[in-house]
Amino acid sequence: MAEVLVLVDHVDGAVKKVTLELLTLARSLGEPSAVFVGDGSDAAIATLTEYGAANIYVADDAELGKHPVAPKAEVLAQLVAEKSPAAVLIPSTTEGKEVAGRLAIRAGSGVITDAVGVDPDLTATQSVFGGTVIVKAKVGTGTPVITVRPNSTAPEASAGAGAKEAVSVSLSDGAKKATITNKVTEEKGARPELTEAAIVVSGGRGVGGPEGFGVVEQLADALGGAVGASRAATDAGWYPHQYQVGQTGKTVSPQLYIANGISGAIQHRAGMQTSKTIIVINKDPEAPIFEIADYGVVGDLFNVVPQLTEEVTKRKG
Amino acid sequence: MKIAVCVKQVPDTWAEKKLDGGDKTLDRESVDGVMNELDEYAVEEALQIAEANSGEVVVVTMGPDKATETVRKALSMGADSAIHIADAALHGSDALATSLVLAKAIEGKGFDLVIFGSESTDARMSVIPAMVAERLGAAQLTFANKVEVTGETVKIQRVTDYGYDEVEAASPAVISVVEKINEPRYPSFKGIMAAKKKPIEAVGIGDLGIDAGQVGLAAAASQVESFESAPPRAAGTVVTDEGQGGVQIADYLSAQKFI
Ligand SMILES: Cc1cc2nc3c(=O)[nH]c(=O)nc-3n(C[C@H](O)[C@H](O)[C@H](O)COP(=O)(O)OP(=O)(O)OC[C@H]3O[C@@H](n4cnc5c(N)ncnc54)[C@H](O)[C@@H]3O)c2cc1C
Repeated sequence: MAEVLVLVDHVDGAVKKVTLELLTLARSLGEPSAVFVGDGSDAAIATLTEYGAANIYVADDAELGKHPVAPKAEVLAQLVAEKSPAAVLIPSTTEGKEVAGRLAIRAGSGVITDAVGVDPDLTATQSVFGGTVIVKAKVGTGTPVITVRPNSTAPEASAGAGAKEAVSVSLSDGAKKATITNKVTEEKGARPELTEAAIVVSGGRGVGGPEGFGVVEQLADALGGAVGASRAATDAGWYPHQYQVGQTGKTVSPQLYIANGISGAIQHRAGMQTSKTIIVINKDPEAPIFEIADYGVVGDLFNVVPQLTEEVTKRKG
Repeated sequence: MKIAVCVKQVPDTWAEKKLDGGDKTLDRESVDGVMNELDEYAVEEALQIAEANSGEVVVVTMGPDKATETVRKALSMGADSAIHIADAALHGSDALATSLVLAKAIEGKGFDLVIFGSESTDARMSVIPAMVAERLGAAQLTFANKVEVTGETVKIQRVTDYGYDEVEAASPAVISVVEKINEPRYPSFKGIMAAKKKPIEAVGIGDLGIDAGQVGLAAAASQVESFESAPPRAAGTVVTDEGQGGVQIADYLSAQKFI
């Protein structure tokens, strides 16, 4: 069975859930192997093995972590040349997509981004134009490079051989031209990352101000979810821009999306329409967001949301 | 300082976008075109950097003749001149071909900075800036929410999931900027009038040393096999809050096993 390479998304060896999803998906396409770039691989090996990695390629030269994007693309390009895998799967994050783009040029391959599924014959499914159109696309040239959105596959453990192999790469001059001089972590508490979260609770103009996000955050915390925002809310400075969901913000596809005080403009829907279950709380019964709601309540969010939070806490406790 | 700013004409985001039943590419004829909104931030950033460094801004676009409207908009905001790559052979080009064409148009012209918006609102791939950097062998400084140019040194804040990375390089560099990095200016009446006289160089792929076999739909390294409208979401239940709205949602969430 041909190898399918999966680029590991991790923070200092703490493997992100999307990696486990991609290993699970890779298993349906061939033999999954993980490609780990950076520090902390020792902490990651057990998890990667548990989720089916046959080989774990580790590139941990300190130089690789000093530059954004390009080193990962060059490690993958070298492995594509050496191992002739059937495909390369990369998490569809901002960085993952850029890695895929650079890899496609180096490997002379076609690239498909934002897949929500990949069939055994490597046909990728994409959801485009804000989730209104489903496209099936296939790479016809070179080793297919496909980025896959978080939450597209349910991760399932199934132990692999987990054979570690060290990879050494000499970076191109181009890859070394940009240098990371500092990494700044902004406080976001214990909440899951927006694009990875299984549950997202969002607030819009209807929350009325920065304080209004308090009720949204409390509900998110009761459910163990992430907080999102509409552009009206981020434009007003009520919530930081990196939490914006929509056309020019993040695309999320959680199991559960709860929209509070959001009207449902086409540009907002573009970022959340593929959520599995959508709950809406809005005081305007005519708000277009109700058209895509699985369950909606017409009412004032300041009454409905705290009651819901209390009820969730009670039932979970 | 010489700055290239790459812009793209896209269908207006309020318009319904469709794929053409024939060749499965985006139907651009039936909808109004506008400048990709994120490119407005790129043009503004280029103008601000040029103003602070007595620089020159050249607009670069690849797209059909109609994309001239978008070029004019960038010129009326204040850019100095433009290169418009239009060629029938380019229809249906994928990211590999697009990055090749842009890189060839930029290469060898002495640009210190090449600035992009971080994604287009139609294709939404976010890969072209990285691919152009790869092709040019230039520093990649993408997803910037802050750009600082001091002489040859360019510093950005690259937005990450956890906050941001400070990334630094010597020019030439390829930059992409995110929404809200600045407040894009509106073209003034004077700017609109002046734009009419600014030079737009029309370029075909032959001028760039590119052969028709390298670009367009036939050369695309990935193919759309089929497409269909997403099945409409099944109509949900909507209730009016009469004091128990929160509890009713909780009941629904319990039934769906979320709690
Ligand atoms: C190029 C472009 C890109 C864009 N990108 C994005 C994007 O990425 N993300 C995005 O979100 N938008 C985006 N927009 C903006 C989008 O068009 C809308 O303006 C925006 O989504 C509106 O946000 P909202 O729903 O919070 O506000 P509004 O449309 O003002 O809706 C507020 C809603 O809150 C309800 N409400 C008010 N008070 C209460 C209350 N007490 N209880 C319950 N409900 C209440 C109201 O009934 C109303 O429905 C973009 C626009 C353009 C042109």
